[in-house]
Amino acid sequence: MNDADKRLLDEFQRDFPLVARPYAAIGERLGLSEEDVIQAYENLSDQKFISRIGAVIAPNRVGASTLAAMCVPEDRLEEVADFVSSFEEVNHNYEREHVINLWFVVAADNVMRLGSVLSQIERKTNIPVMNLPIIEDFHIDLGFKLEWA
Amino acid sequence: MTDISTQDLTLIESICGGLPMDARPYHILGERIGMSEGEVIERLQNLIDIGVIRRFGVVVQHRRLGYTANGMSVWDVPDERVQDVGKRMGEFPFVTLCYQRPRFLPDWPYNLFAMVHGADRDTVRAQVDDLARELDLDRAAHDVLFSRRQFKQCGARYGCKGKVDNEPCKLD
Repeated sequence: MNDADKRLLDEFQRDFPLVARPYAAIGERLGLSEEDVIQAYENLSDQKFISRIGAVIAPNRVGASTLAAMCVPEDRLEEVADFVSSFEEVNHNYEREHVINLWFVVAADNVMRLGSVLSQIERKTNIPVMNLPIIEDFHIDLGFKLEWA
Repeated sequence: MTDISTQDLTLIESICGGLPMDARPYHILGERIGMSEGEVIERLQNLIDIGVIRRFGVVVQHRRLGYTANGMSVWDVPDERVQDVGKRMGEFPFVTLCYQRPRFLPDWPYNLFAMVHGADRDTVRAQVDDLARELDLDRAAHDVLFSRRQFKQCGARYGCKGKVDNEPCKLD
């Protein structure tokens, strides 16, 4: 990865230019042409160094979400995880190394739907679901500070 | 929760897949949803100003960039300290999410969650130790939960049929 790529990753995680030709504005700052900037972002995206250029929405400002967790017996983990993943409202469904071993985020259009997903999971699996919604968000998202080796 | 206009929701939804990599991306977005380029820009600026969009820009893939370990650090912080501790914890550069959540007693005593990213598990553990020391939490019960398997990495996003996406989707 060259220096220009690193700057494209580092310096535009927030305050991406809101002007008609943002890639030209970035190019001006880095001494690159508009085309170079677009090409470089396309490459970084193809190589999966970035997932997208876009908006990170504050939690619970649009729709409703929660973090949920379950203590699933090892021999049922795959089956339960698959059922949980089958809801389109579920994402980031992880096994974590703890007695409470299945962790997932549920996000729905509204609180009613959110509750319905959790109770369906509980009923179908017969395993209690811990519902851990955000009480307060302390993180000011300034992007991720990358340290280049 | 603030009321967000239908037009703003449409705009948020239209940007879920990412900003087009084209000379005039806002123009393209606008064409898709029947808005002028100027209106797209103005509405995005407003959504940022009122805090609905907390960050607008490049979303990097931690894992692909070498930050392969992610540990969910969890803390049992006395209620009267959680505000202060949470604010300070959220400012550490390696903390990518920091939330107060309810305890779930007796199984789950922790009320503060901070996601910590690092090159490997030892780095993450060392960073968690830093947090404990710097924030005077040595005596507060805490733990780090590392992820083992990822069953689903990325569903819909906020506004894209309702989804939070503070963490990038992990594709590998």
